Amino acid sequence: MKLLDFLKGERKKSASVAKERLQIIVAHQRGHRGQPDYMPMLEQELLEVIRRYVKVEQDAINISLDSEDDCSVLELNVTLPNRE
Amino acid sequence: MAKIIVVTSGKGGVGKTTSAAAIATGLALRGNKTVVIDFDVGLRNLDLIMGCERRVVYDLVNVIQGEAGLNQALIRDKRSENLHILPASQTRDKDALTLEGVETVLASLSEEFDYIICDSPAGIERGAQLALYFADEAIVVTNPEVSSVRDSDRILGLLSSKSRRAEQNRDPIKEHLLVTRYNPNRVDDGDMLNLEDICEILAINLIGLIPESEAVLRSSNQGVPVIHDDKSDAGQAYADTVSRLMGEDVPLRFQHVPKRGLLARMFGGGSRR
Repeated sequence: MKLLDFLKGERKKSASVAKERLQIIVAHQRGHRGQPDYMPMLEQELLEVIRRYVKVEQDAINISLDSEDDCSVLELNVTLPNRE
Repeated sequence: MAKIIVVTSGKGGVGKTTSAAAIATGLALRGNKTVVIDFDVGLRNLDLIMGCERRVVYDLVNVIQGEAGLNQALIRDKRSENLHILPASQTRDKDALTLEGVETVLASLSEEFDYIICDSPAGIERGAQLALYFADEAIVVTNPEVSSVRDSDRILGLLSSKSRRAEQNRDPIKEHLLVTRYNPNRVDDGDMLNLEDICEILAINLIGLIPESEAVLRSSNQGVPVIHDDKSDAGQAYADTVSRLMGEDVPLRFQHVPKRGLLARMFGGGSRR
């Protein structure tokens, strides 16, 4: 019986792969929810400016806008490459 | 004042029109004056599912553009007198619908009906946004499949930001999850997302579970909403969904593979648990 379980467990069930992938993508989507429509453009243009000076990857930038009460914070996160 | 319910999904082909037709019919059979509106301008199909395609004379766009009165465009259902259908236009482009026009139509329907069911087109473009804009409640139709779940989440984002309720800072649209084409056999095999996982990912209230069923295709072939087939699993599952929509507490069925004894399996008898 144990052997059978082992053999069965060999291949990860596709449904649990689906769940893991969905949890990641949905969390990402929700991060963008309720953001102003200009955010993707802003992100793109900021990335272009940064790339003029530093060589970073397309996905090295992370931007988010958080609002609390009467104050909004634009957070910009850029992963810079290791210095050569 | 009618309750406006949008049936939406983001992804196409998950069963929006089938569900809108079944739920509208179910509400009417339970004594509610109900109208179901096809918002899929250019690709109307609700009329086919409802079996009234040969009786379409005027449509939603005609009414909005003042070419026909609302009562000329409304089609009374053959089977239940409480039910009316407002078809979409087959020929016009999507821009034929205006926000003001839709608002006017919904306002006049609201005086006459208890429920207005809006059958949304697929996508998150203008047509889908118009269909959900005035809604009080939303039924998000989702298949146990990655692209459908993701798109449902996108639609939930729209419901919470691009609706009239959101823009006017009123109570948000009440969101319901309707899982369709569920196959408990495949769930048991670990090859289909299970109900708990879908509910956990989307984090909204479950209103119904419709099993994958041969009855659905059979019904659409005949132009009879599947809820009329009260012997079928899908028909019963939609009837349960309608009861929950009307506020009743109905236990969930069809979530698991029915357990059948050896004799039942041999002779095909035995009741479904």
